[in-house]
Amino acid sequence: MAGELLLRVAGLRAGYTGPVAGPLDFELRRGEIIGLAGPNGAGKSTLLKALWGGVRVFGGEVYKAPGLEISHQAQGFDDLRGVPLSGRDLLGLTGADPAGLPPWLAGRLGERLDRLSGGQLQFLRLWACLAAPADLVLLDEPTNNLDRAGVAHLADWLGRAHGGQGIVLVSHDHAFIDQVCTRVVEVGA
Amino acid sequence: MSFDLLFDPLFRVPFVTGLLLAGILPLIGMYLRLRNEWLAALAFAQMASAGALVAMVLDGPMLVGGVLAALLAALVKGLLARAGASAYALMMLLAWGGGVLLVANHPLAEQAGHALFDGQLYFTGEAHLLATALAALVVLPVLAWLSRPLLLARFFPEFYRARGQSERPRLLLFDLLAGLVVALATVSLGVMAAFALVFVPPLLGWRFGRGWRSALALAALAGMGGYTLAFALSLGLDQPFGPVCALLLVMPIVMTGVKFDRM
Repeated sequence: MAGELLLRVAGLRAGYTGPVAGPLDFELRRGEIIGLAGPNGAGKSTLLKALWGGVRVFGGEVYKAPGLEISHQAQGFDDLRGVPLSGRDLLGLTGADPAGLPPWLAGRLGERLDRLSGGQLQFLRLWACLAAPADLVLLDEPTNNLDRAGVAHLADWLGRAHGGQGIVLVSHDHAFIDQVCTRVVEVGA
Repeated sequence: MSFDLLFDPLFRVPFVTGLLLAGILPLIGMYLRLRNEWLAALAFAQMASAGALVAMVLDGPMLVGGVLAALLAALVKGLLARAGASAYALMMLLAWGGGVLLVANHPLAEQAGHALFDGQLYFTGEAHLLATALAALVVLPVLAWLSRPLLLARFFPEFYRARGQSERPRLLLFDLLAGLVVALATVSLGVMAAFALVFVPPLLGWRFGRGWRSALALAALAGMGGYTLAFALSLGLDQPFGPVCALLLVMPIVMTGVKFDRM
């Protein structure tokens, strides 16, 4: 049975000072994972940001289910050297549940972030958004900077544990998109 | 050298006032550092000192003048968030220029100016203690409530916007708290002692804290410990409090070899 409708996007065009991406059309229901695919420069990340209001919408319509809670994982991250924050602190900020973290990270939650490797830190930041209480999760290049174990765990978790949410993700990694997404939407250049 | 004065009841009120501030200022400093806005503390302190001097020249209470000037600075800073360090530099120059001219041209302002710039804690009275205690009652719980939004604004800047909310009111509230505490500290401890207590203990907290809470606790303890030692030494050795406090706080940073590029 199809899940509750979370998002309907029709003819969406978005950008900063003018439209640079779109049009985009799709519907997302709870339990679905939609991948936005397309060549570099097609504006996939811009369209993803438009779904939560991070960039200007110049045309089309974005319908969101009433009371929709959105969690967004952005590309890149701040330099966290010297910041006295533990992994547990970071997850606590977004209210992310640590249950489900890979064992190689779960045992290190009490350590400072600057003691973790780049891949572990990236996975933790991703998890802080992915496992936060939200109906809709937007992931922008989630596999960037992850090592092989991180990508494998993410794919496994998305495949079995995301049922309560709807997910839209952007990735240049076609194999990853094919593996985890229930549907792929092409974004034109 | 005499440490008998330490036990003189005359110095109890200044000591307790300063001790309260020495516990709160590093907490404010932790969040200012988090936002890369520690320079704002110096701007608030300079504005508070200028406001206190203006109030004195106008025959008003210095405490009120200092607090109002710093709150005004905090409000301007909050509303001109994009101006960043430029706004703080302009505030500092404005306050410093105005304050020094007042000191140079008004006989009453001269003594008060020296007290504010050198840090003469011993002129602190019961009004300062009462205002500081009331501020602590308000600031500490509000700061605890603001902690998560301030951390989110730094590490997940899109968190509130993605949920259709704005983080600006919370950030502005923090600016006002910072302005209030720094102003009270400036008129009680002096400009540079207040700045040292905002700036230095958080360096230790950031370097040695195992998590955010332990870093906060470490910074507050370092502030209160450094302050207590500075109070005793400056009184016992008959030295101005401000420079003694600043030097004592900086010493552990130098001795522990805290790497500045890691802060």
